[in-house]
Amino acid sequence: MKPFQNVNSIVTPLDKVNVDTDQIIPKQFLKLVQKSGFGKFLFFNWRYDENENIKSDFILNDSKYTGSKILVAGDNFGCGSSREHAVWALDDYGFSVIISSSFADIFFSNCFKNGILPISLESKMVEKLLLETNPIEVDLENQMIKTPSEDISFEINSHKKKILLEGLDDIAQTFQFVDEISKFEEKSTVPSVL
Amino acid sequence: MGKTLFEKIWESHIVVEKQNEPALIYIDRHLVHEVTSPQAFDGLRMNNRKVRRPDLTIATMDHNVPTSDRTLPILDQTSAVQIKTLENNCKDFGIKLFDINSPNQGIVHVIGPQLGITLPGSTIVCGDSHTSTHGAFGALALGIGTSEVEHVLASQTLWLEKPKTFEVRVEGKRKNPHAVTAKDIILSIIKNIGTAGGTGTVIEYRGEGITDLSMDQRMTICNMSIEGGARAGLIAPDQKTFDYLRDREYTPKNYESLVDSWKENLKTDSDATFDKTFTLNINEIAPQVSWGTNPGMTCDVDESIPSPDDFSNGDDNQKRGAEKALEYMALESGTMIEDIKIDRVFIGSCTNARLEDLIEASKIVQGQKVASSVSAMVVPGSQMVKKQAEEMGLDKIFIDANFEWREAGCSMCLGMNPDILSPGERCASTSNRNFEGRQGNGGRTHLVSPVMAAAAAINGHFVDVRKLDLN
Repeated sequence: MKPFQNVNSIVTPLDKVNVDTDQIIPKQFLKLVQKSGFGKFLFFNWRYDENENIKSDFILNDSKYTGSKILVAGDNFGCGSSREHAVWALDDYGFSVIISSSFADIFFSNCFKNGILPISLESKMVEKLLLETNPIEVDLENQMIKTPSEDISFEINSHKKKILLEGLDDIAQTFQFVDEISKFEEKSTVPSVL
Repeated sequence: MGKTLFEKIWESHIVVEKQNEPALIYIDRHLVHEVTSPQAFDGLRMNNRKVRRPDLTIATMDHNVPTSDRTLPILDQTSAVQIKTLENNCKDFGIKLFDINSPNQGIVHVIGPQLGITLPGSTIVCGDSHTSTHGAFGALALGIGTSEVEHVLASQTLWLEKPKTFEVRVEGKRKNPHAVTAKDIILSIIKNIGTAGGTGTVIEYRGEGITDLSMDQRMTICNMSIEGGARAGLIAPDQKTFDYLRDREYTPKNYESLVDSWKENLKTDSDATFDKTFTLNINEIAPQVSWGTNPGMTCDVDESIPSPDDFSNGDDNQKRGAEKALEYMALESGTMIEDIKIDRVFIGSCTNARLEDLIEASKIVQGQKVASSVSAMVVPGSQMVKKQAEEMGLDKIFIDANFEWREAGCSMCLGMNPDILSPGERCASTSNRNFEGRQGNGGRTHLVSPVMAAAAAINGHFVDVRKLDLN
């Protein structure tokens, strides 16, 4: 996984609550067997109408936000299906930071596996950032969001921070504990299926 | 101080634990399907890794398989490739697969318990959010993403932050248990706690209203834990649980000695405390119908569509959410639920496509015809459920009433296969999610129980099934 780099970008304000993963990446795109190329399908049914014409009133279709790396959205972002395709689509589209007042658990966990930083802030702060038109800086090392008017600190679990900053391969880390896993298996009483 | 059931299962699966860091948790059962696994197997190949415990891993194909004639080739080429990819991956990595022609094929959360693969006190994962279903057996069952699927394939473990505990007590007795079902209980719970009410927690469902339920009904409850935002849902195993799992195809040989230890250990101690508690009394509960675009947007069948102003309680976001939902659903505040006409009926999904669901729905359908304006289908949750239903003659009841009777799969719950709503179509569905476009772009989903869906099919609009003679 690529190490997380600090981000300096304008924010894309997606002023909606309960954005579910069915909206982030609709089901018809889950049949693909690779991880790449999902960006063009991100928020597909909000970006395009039934004839696949661009819906001009959707925020991602506003050229002002082209190249934005930070998505700011309402409460309970990423709820619903466990599909990691949602994170692959956000990543491929170009977002590397998602800011919300809360995230659904599985989506939150999927972000860290793909080098995306989800940041939880108080609702008041999220509402402010939804209105921010100037570029902002997200500094993971110092856990700080810098806007022209203020610096906002954010919380992140130190283990998750390390994974993002170093771009660690989760499985390689786990293999350091292979003896512990074997020992556990020796005493396990749960029978095999086969 | 005593421990909760969740804490006991968690502690008995810790491989590595460090302060302020996630714990490495051992996984006893890994269920795999075609949609969330191809990239995981690719990852193993790229890094030259094996599946650590193929003997604890089971695969089936459910999400995008057609539910029409299985002797015909799959027309959708991308679906066909994904299905073929699962076959190849299972062969290459030595994983047991119930393929499209297997009598054990079905929705992964229906076949796990039916085959005796799901066990009390175990940890179960699957790349699917409705894995919470298996919690009905007192298993800690978690939905995971594809990277975690790869991690479990490679190491049979997962790094997990310990969730908080959430007690949901269901008290009282339903007046008419044929009309007011487990689906109505869980929709009521989600309506009350909200779709993020359980975030970061494992719910344990407790109380008389839960122990009264059959195993099929308990699975409906735990299945929708994720719709309340929870990491997992649990019900302590009891005699019904142990009887259900006895003599299944993959029931362990030393089953009775396992039951003895489960009876001893798998319960929340009387002096244990939960981080959070919610109580629902079901004495007066009504059948539920969702009206909006998330499962929390639900009301009683004898109510009218709420006004967005009802949600303005200090939170403008919720009010705007309700406005958007009503616009998408093409509904107006004040309309009585029973006056809403429907175009389609879907009885299926990992929430409500087990034998008992089909039996209950068939009682409404028997001797009746689907309304001429409605197209209705039954998609059994597994080939085994389908066979059992056919042995009871349920297929004839549904077919005689003009329902379509299909092969097993996820089908119109998420519309990855050809079973989808057309834009603007309104569906009474026994599935779990009413998100925008979930059952087809522009489709409008109302979540209901199997009996409510059956009654809507016959009448062409929602009906309060408490008015019907269901005994």
